[in-house]
Formats: sequence, C-alpha cells, structure tokens
Amino acid sequence: MISRPQRILFWTLLFSSVLMSVVLLRMRERALDRLLASGETMPLNPPTGTPVQNVTMMMANDMDGSLQPGYQNLALPVDANARAHVILQHLLLNYARPNSKHPIAANKGVNEIFFINLPLEANQVLPGTLAVVDLSGSFVDAHPSGIEPETLTLLSIIATLHTNFPQISQVRFLVDGQQRDTLAGHADLTRVYLASDSPGVKHL
Amino acid sequence: MLWIEERCRGLTLGLILAPLLAGAQSNTPPSTPGKVPSPPVPAEMTASPAATPPRAAARFVVVIDAAHGGADSGARLSNHLLEKDLALALSVRLRSVLGAHGIYVVTTRESDGAVPDLNRAQAANHAAAAACISLHATTSGSGVHLFTSSLTQIPMTRFLPWETAQGAYAEQSLRLSSEIDSAMRHAEIPVTLGRTALQPLDSFTCPAVVVELSPLNTAGKVTALSDPDYQDRIVATMAAAVEQWQRDWRQQP
Repeated sequence: MISRPQRILFWTLLFSSVLMSVVLLRMRERALDRLLASGETMPLNPPTGTPVQNVTMMMANDMDGSLQPGYQNLALPVDANARAHVILQHLLLNYARPNSKHPIAANKGVNEIFFINLPLEANQVLPGTLAVVDLSGSFVDAHPSGIEPETLTLLSIIATLHTNFPQISQVRFLVDGQQRDTLAGHADLTRVYLASDSPGVKHL
Repeated sequence: MLWIEERCRGLTLGLILAPLLAGAQSNTPPSTPGKVPSPPVPAEMTASPAATPPRAAARFVVVIDAAHGGADSGARLSNHLLEKDLALALSVRLRSVLGAHGIYVVTTRESDGAVPDLNRAQAANHAAAAACISLHATTSGSGVHLFTSSLTQIPMTRFLPWETAQGAYAEQSLRLSSEIDSAMRHAEIPVTLGRTALQPLDSFTCPAVVVELSPLNTAGKVTALSDPDYQDRIVATMAAAVEQWQRDWRQQP
C-alpha cells in the first residue's frame, strides 16, 4: 500500500516535469521567433555585379594566316588568373562556332592559367610575367593537325593574352598539367614563347 | 647539350654521325641520258674552311624531308589519304624531277618508316645542303603555306647549339622561302608565309623551308590534295624554284 506522503510526492514531481516541459517548449518557440525576426531585419549586401569590359581577342584566319582583332563585351572576375581563363575560354568558343575562320571542335579548351612573376632566377634577363596555359587534353586531341592551324592557335592565345595583360612577356603551354611535345603533331609545345613576338595584327 | 661543328661537316663529323644515319638515305636520282648527277663528294673535300672549293664548283645538294612516317601518320587529309603518305609521294616525285635536272638530292625518308627528328637533322646537316625542304600537308587554309623557323638570326660560329642551329641560317632561309613564294605566285598558287617553332627544322644547318600543302580554294572551287594535276603543279613549281635558287646560290660569295 502506498502511503499518502509518497503519493503527494509523486504527483508533485509529475506536475513539475510537465510544467518544465511546457516552459522549455515555450522558450524554444520564443528563441526561434527571435532568430527569424533577427534574420528578416538583417541588412542584405547588394549583389556585386562584375563590370562588363570590352575585351580584345586576336582571331585567327586559316585562309590568309593572319590574326585580326575582334571585340567582345564580357563580365570578368576580379582575379587576374580567373579573368585570363574566362577570356581564353571565350576565344576558343568563338572558334567552335559555325562559319569560324579557324574551326576547332567545341570542348573545354583551357583547364587553368597561372601567372608567375619573373625573373625566377638571377640569371634571367626578361622581366614581366610568365603565363602558364594548361590546355585540356580533349581540346588538344580534337585540334586539327597541321603547321598552320596549330601555329595560329598558339599565336592567337599568346596575342590575346598579351593584348589584355601587357605585363605578360612569356607564355608556356601544358596539356592536362604535363609537358607535351606538340599541339597536334607539329607546333612545338616544349619551348617558351615570347609574348612580345605577337603584335596586334600579325601574319604568321 | 649536343653540339655540332658547323664548318667541319666532313670526315670527323661523318665518322661520328655515320652510325646514327641509318634512318636516312641518300639517293642517286634516276639516270637520264646526258644528265647524270654527280656522285657524292668525299667528305675530306669539305673537311675544313681552307679546303672549301669556290662556291661555283661546289656541289649543290638539296635535302627533301618527307614529314612523319610509321606510326606518326600526321594529319588525316581524307578517308584514304594520310599526311605521311602524301609527303612521301611528293618527296619521291620532287626528287625525280630535281634528279632529272642534275641536282643531287638527299632524302630523309624513302619508305613508310618512322625516322626520329634527330636523324632527319643529322642527315640534312651531314649533307651540307644548299637547301632543305620539309614537306607537310594539312586540310586547313588554301594553297601552300611556307614556313621558316621563328628563330632570330644569330652569328655563324664554329659551334652551334643543336636545338637552335637554324638561327645561323635564318636570313638565308627567308631568301629561299621568298624564292619559292615567287615561283608559287607565278604559278597562281596562293601562298601564306609564316614562321613557326618546329622540329627538326630548328636543328637544320642549311637554308630550310617547310612547305605545307593544303587544298586549293579559288573562287569557290576546291581542288583536293589528292588531285594528281594539283600535285604535279606543286612539284613542278618547287623544282623551278630550286633551280632558280641554285643559280642564285652559285652567284653568292
């Protein structure tokens, strides 16, 4: 038989537990309300629109072996490496369009671009920046084979980089992060190209 | 770094390089009545600058380098034509035509075999050629693309760095390119002039030009590279240019 004091204690404890649960639930709801209210009133940063810039692209022409300037408005990121990457991707996309004068199959053309400040060593005499262009393997595999188309592609990339980033003095090419002998069987990819050799409009 | 001795292309260099020249063949052009090409000059005759005979009496040698070969097929020009095959066919025909005119020709490739760039350059340099012509083909562009090395002119020295030896011949190569350009334009074949970085061109120690053929596109009419008449025109025009170069070469000091 349960004694009267024990019953009183039991019911008191049960009532206390229920009361504490109700209080905790209410406090949780109020905290959630405060959180939502503070979120709604938090000032939002306006979207940072990347400025649209007029970019010069040196477009290759297979029929006369020339590079001619073309102009395009692009929203470019602030970072120089990313900016160069966007510019080259658009340059190569232009070559994949119908009626291109330098046709190259559409694919991911450039993996990444790195800028390295020169001189790396004390005995180097050329100042400026070395741009390392990492081409994608799929782009290289799909590139038309021939001295003229390969040379024009390299010169187009070099001239476009040099036009938009005058500090670039040398350009080096990699394919999927590795050195490769040629672009598609002809043009030498093992050497470092001087960007100053690619003036604004240049015949091969 | 591998070095070559520019002026001593004779006995010493020949003995050193002889085992390495297995991939290259020098040939005697087909005999023609009254026009028998002179045999190769013994290496001793050009062993030193002091023994070098006057230019007028020197042997005029042309090196023809048919690009690619073996597993390296080059560009696919059509479903049935590869760059390596067209280059070889043109090389054989040009050799025959030049041989018929009494010009001694050295070819770097006589069959569908792989010839390393090193061997091609060694063959050309050992021949002490007055002109080196590398034959290529592509489907891009129109007419003929003439390329010379993108190396800038450097002074002629006794020793030249192997990978940039062509720099000592940059100006002569431009003159040879101009000669072929004139002949092509005279034959109404469109020409695109250019400079490029290409192996083994940059290692040639001779006036060197790369001739890249592409389909002829005139007034909307396209002549394929496989067209025999087009190939004949190209070969005849190049032979005429080489003959003109021979006349100019003999007049040079």
